[in-house]
Amino acid sequence: MSIDRRTFLKHLGAASAAATLPFSLVEVAWGLGSKPAEHESFTFAYISDSHLTHIKGTRFTSNFDRGLRKAVMEVNLLDPKPDFVIYGGDLAQLGKREELDHGLELLSGLRPPLKWVIGEHDFYLDMGEYWQDKISPLYYSFDHKGVHFVVLNSILTHEAWINQWTTPMERMLNMARLDNPRGSPFMVGERQLRWLREDLAKYDDSIPIVILSHSPLYKIFKPWNFWTDDAEKVQKLLRRFSRVTVLHGHVHQVLYNQIGNITFYAMMATAWPWPYPVSYVQKPNQVPKLTVFMNRADPFHSRDGTGWDILDMDSGAITNHYQLWLNENRTVAFDFKLKHPVDLKFQNPDKRIPPQLHY
Amino acid sequence: MKIRCFITLISIAVPLAANEVKLPDAQALLGLPPVPVPADNPLTLEKARLGRKLFEDRRFSADGTISCAHCHKPERAFQDGLPVSEGISGQKGTRNAPTVINAAYFTTQFWDGRRKTLEAQSKDPFINPIEHGLKDHQPIVDIVRRDQGYQRDFKQAFGIPPSQITIDHVAQAIASFERTVVAGDSPFDRYQFGGDKNALSPSAIRGLAVFRGKGRCVSCHVIESTTALFTDNRFHNLGVGFGRIETRLAEIIPTFRKAKQANQDIDEAILTQAEISELGRFAVTGEVEDIGGFKTSTLRNIALTAPYMHDGSLKTLEEVVDFYDRGGFDNPMLDSGIRPLRLTAEEKADLVSFLKSLTSQRFATTGVQP
Repeated sequence: MSIDRRTFLKHLGAASAAATLPFSLVEVAWGLGSKPAEHESFTFAYISDSHLTHIKGTRFTSNFDRGLRKAVMEVNLLDPKPDFVIYGGDLAQLGKREELDHGLELLSGLRPPLKWVIGEHDFYLDMGEYWQDKISPLYYSFDHKGVHFVVLNSILTHEAWINQWTTPMERMLNMARLDNPRGSPFMVGERQLRWLREDLAKYDDSIPIVILSHSPLYKIFKPWNFWTDDAEKVQKLLRRFSRVTVLHGHVHQVLYNQIGNITFYAMMATAWPWPYPVSYVQKPNQVPKLTVFMNRADPFHSRDGTGWDILDMDSGAITNHYQLWLNENRTVAFDFKLKHPVDLKFQNPDKRIPPQLHY
Repeated sequence: MKIRCFITLISIAVPLAANEVKLPDAQALLGLPPVPVPADNPLTLEKARLGRKLFEDRRFSADGTISCAHCHKPERAFQDGLPVSEGISGQKGTRNAPTVINAAYFTTQFWDGRRKTLEAQSKDPFINPIEHGLKDHQPIVDIVRRDQGYQRDFKQAFGIPPSQITIDHVAQAIASFERTVVAGDSPFDRYQFGGDKNALSPSAIRGLAVFRGKGRCVSCHVIESTTALFTDNRFHNLGVGFGRIETRLAEIIPTFRKAKQANQDIDEAILTQAEISELGRFAVTGEVEDIGGFKTSTLRNIALTAPYMHDGSLKTLEEVVDFYDRGGFDNPMLDSGIRPLRLTAEEKADLVSFLKSLTSQRFATTGVQP
């Protein structure tokens, strides 16, 4: 009898039945050489990139609504409950008040408290005015159970670019477009860098730091703004700390990286998946080599390739449990011997599910 | 009770082709792959005939009224025509009895897939308090060891003396019988796989195009190049029954998790507690994403097996088509393959014509014609 590939994979997955338990019961027992946590253990969830799209009146694109609604319901049913939830930005598609209001309404059902990161789709219509008024400051920090969290607004850009447009919507649409010759790179900016230096000055090198930004605080692919132009300046301010993790949205896919002392994780989008840009750029480029691709998604199911994340710090570093709808969940944890994050299952080339490399 | 016996006698007195135990031949399997048979339970006619006898034995229940065939009536396409099934003392369960026809092809059994094999599945209803209502399987073993007819049958089928008969032999025999209750050979199969282009009406042919295209049906009710099982063997949330639990999930889920950790009987909970039943696949995997997910039914012989869905809440194929056309029942966990289809009245009628073309020749004279 023929058996479709996904069913086959599910059967393989039965071997890792631990993944079906409440996540805190999953022990990282893969020879990661984990060192004991130096802080109180806790978990938090991360939802991002919902891109709620206003059609007209009270109508919104239902596909994107569904992604966020599903994430909210699932987070509410977590056991144990996460201490808080981070929303990683791009709640709206074009920064409209209708979209942000709609997002607030859908997220009002969420039980744990929310921490907000702004994305460029939330920002470039009114330059973050409504966001700051109704939702959250654009950058701030907080401490939680021995970990210092810093939220950055990493999607700023040059003043001259911002001021060149006839209308706010023209500006928004140009920032939203990929491969836009009239685009502009993201940056944190000098004012925020000064604030970050002062904020971090209060902390000892040994405190675990988690930076929350919308764009990756390193450089992947400039034409799509998988990029922060002054990323190196941020990285430099973080260099003295022994354990730094950056969690970012924006790229809509499973990605992780290690640069020096900093571990980077991309968090899932609820709206749609992006491919890794190297997969179809046909000329030589400086894009970091991707070693473990996302498992292939089935286009019939619009939720496949999307999801959200559960994070814990039980090992002493962040462990990222990617919740991948209609696909196999993935757990990526910091390996203290190799000094970089590894996928607990798919790092092994034999276990990987070949990606789609033609479109 | 007398009425029930009378009906049974009638069905025995008028043997139908559907009721004969025979190993599936090539014609009956037109459109189906070979029947999957586990290595440790080879399929023999002796075992299947014994299985049929066990399947219809009402003594295997607390009050002597319920056999497997009570809910899976051979003369009604191996289901009962009820929204949800009734066990001993007329107790109602929570789920619609699926037909046995082609159950052999599913990779999991029950609406939530909580059993992997027919053998494992067949043992559960005996000891569910609202189905056969036995406390354990011992009464069944006692009966078959004492009964002279069964002694002979088990000797023939398994080559063992009465003292060695266990409930697992009973299960193997029933599963073997179920592996003979398989059927392709419908007008669709003769059209699609048998080369008979006149086997389907023009309406059914148009319905097949809707099924493959605008209706998006085929993505879950799979048709492959040489065979068609009409299932993906996966679990999907369509929103059916979900309204009964949605607002109370935050209470139901933790209660269920506690019960499961305390090793409470899940089979019993699913059939006795309506809210637990509606959790669907989640009750098996514990994965939140599986809440309200139920197995994709085969569509073979679907015209014979009304009412529809896991709770029997839709009465006719027309209602089912309307339900999918609306995009299921909206809820946060709705399967992302489900969306409004905007089918025309003619497309809906064609789709129903197509669904009615999936009735196997062998069972065409049984079941409920809605």
